[in-house]
Amino acid sequence: MSGGLDDLRDLYQDVILDHGRHPRHGHRLATFDASAKGDNPMCGDRVEVFVRHAPDGTIAETGFDARGCAISIASADLMAETVTGKRPDDARALFAAFRDLVRTGACPACDAALADPLERLAPLAGVHEYPSRVKCATLPWHALIAALDGAQEASSE
Amino acid sequence: MNDMTPSPGFDVDRIRADFPILRQTVRGKPLVFLDSAASAQKPVAVIEAMKTAMETQYANVHRGLHWMSERTTEAYEAARDAVAALMNAPDRHEIVFVRNSTEALNLVAHSYGRHLLRPGQAVLISAMEHHSNIVPWLMLRDSHGIELRVAPISDAGELDMAAFEALLEDGKVGLVSITHMSNVLGTYTPAERIARIAHAHGAKVMFDGSQAIVHRAVDVQAIDADFYAWTGHKLYGPTGIGVLWARRELLERMPPFLGGGEMISSVSYERATWAAVPHKFEAGTPAILEGIGLKAAIDYVRAIGYPAIAAHEAALTEHALASLSAIEGLRILGAAQDRGGVVSFALDRAHAHDVATLLDRFGIAVRAGHHCAEPLMHRFGLESTARASFGVYTTQAEIDTLATALVRVREFFA
Ligand SMILES: Cc1ncc(COP(=O)(O)O)c(C=O)c1O
Repeated sequence: MSGGLDDLRDLYQDVILDHGRHPRHGHRLATFDASAKGDNPMCGDRVEVFVRHAPDGTIAETGFDARGCAISIASADLMAETVTGKRPDDARALFAAFRDLVRTGACPACDAALADPLERLAPLAGVHEYPSRVKCATLPWHALIAALDGAQEASSE
Repeated sequence: MNDMTPSPGFDVDRIRADFPILRQTVRGKPLVFLDSAASAQKPVAVIEAMKTAMETQYANVHRGLHWMSERTTEAYEAARDAVAALMNAPDRHEIVFVRNSTEALNLVAHSYGRHLLRPGQAVLISAMEHHSNIVPWLMLRDSHGIELRVAPISDAGELDMAAFEALLEDGKVGLVSITHMSNVLGTYTPAERIARIAHAHGAKVMFDGSQAIVHRAVDVQAIDADFYAWTGHKLYGPTGIGVLWARRELLERMPPFLGGGEMISSVSYERATWAAVPHKFEAGTPAILEGIGLKAAIDYVRAIGYPAIAAHEAALTEHALASLSAIEGLRILGAAQDRGGVVSFALDRAHAHDVATLLDRFGIAVRAGHHCAEPLMHRFGLESTARASFGVYTTQAEIDTLATALVRVREFFA
């Protein structure tokens, strides 16, 4: 049996396997200002995202409680990492860019200001080859945006 | 059917040659299609039957007085005869064509459930039902005051017969509706025994035979069933056609499900009267081509023969259970004594969706998720599993390919 998993490295890069197995932010926050749930009824994945704001309104910390595949956990963890310190609107802009990335594999029109966080999220770009898995990567973001918008529940795509 | 060796007449290579799609490659590898329980592939006989009908003999049925309509009606009604013979139904008028199993179950819930069950009565299902044999009853419960009862299963995935009987004891259950074979655990339920117990307590009994009829001969008279539902696309037939068989006296008492053309005897603005069964339940232009395709599928299955199919699949299942259970960290759901060609499993280190995506890279198609059986998943403390399921064209070598790939997948997630 040759090939097979070797080509899978483009989807399951070490970053994803590592963050999927050992998420750094995979816990409820002791105190938080907003939270929201996301649910993917197609596959039973579920995530709850918690956000704590700094006094200046930026995101001080994000945590999550999730059940799902390696891609959704890794995506939630990298999300929590990259939105820290951002203003809510910047987090929204980053999500828009990230969504293009996982849907198409690239984000040509993306703002140069997002280059750094997008590079961190780039290992997830491989999911564009698996349309049914794109939602795994975007689910935690939907929950985050819902929390920032003051909603309890992410509306599904 | 306990003979595990395929009959000498069973030549899997010859059978595979009947399925054009099996010559496809996926991601540069030969397709290993282990998702037949979701929908089976189609033999050339089915493809040709539908194509020939469209090219040479097609019109609407039951209405034209012209040659094409007469011939098409004959071909379509021949499908009803083929279905009746397949299930050993005593009367061809007891075969109602529907879209799929889901529609058959909804038809019974609406027509029988709302009109012949009384509020306060109960419907009894099992803990290993597909959503299509759960949701119609939840809807009936909410709209009509019918209680829904669920008979538990053991850890092995077998129906707890003592508990099942106890749930019938108070005489409130008007209808038992139970799978004949679980699409997740592979368990065959003891249909004859279920029917006997249900009848002894005054309940009618329906079987969801979506999976069962694919792997073994079904005889509704031997079972002594009252309703039996199945779906064409899992039996190597086309999508869009399914079957509800019910005893004629029940169909006569049941009101129509949908209203429209084909199902009436006469219509005025004051009232309509219904056509005779089964047409009373077949409103609108039916799935004509699909009916013709379904007959071809039935002929195909019967030419191979259920004893040979059952033996082939029993051997495959035994092989799959042995090779998968040898993989470290792999848990197989259910261990029923009597089971068909479906094996669901979970890996300790990898989520079912990751497993399916990785297997896809080897050209292996399995299903991953809750398999439209969320309550059953929860019964086993899981959200999802991967599932390999087998058909007439599945080979032992394909199962070996799966087992080898799963070892690699597990290493990958080490
Ligand atoms: C046990 C069982 N019941 C019902 C169904 C529903 O079949 P269909 O989707 O064709 O209505 C399925 C298949 O998905 C099944 O496996």
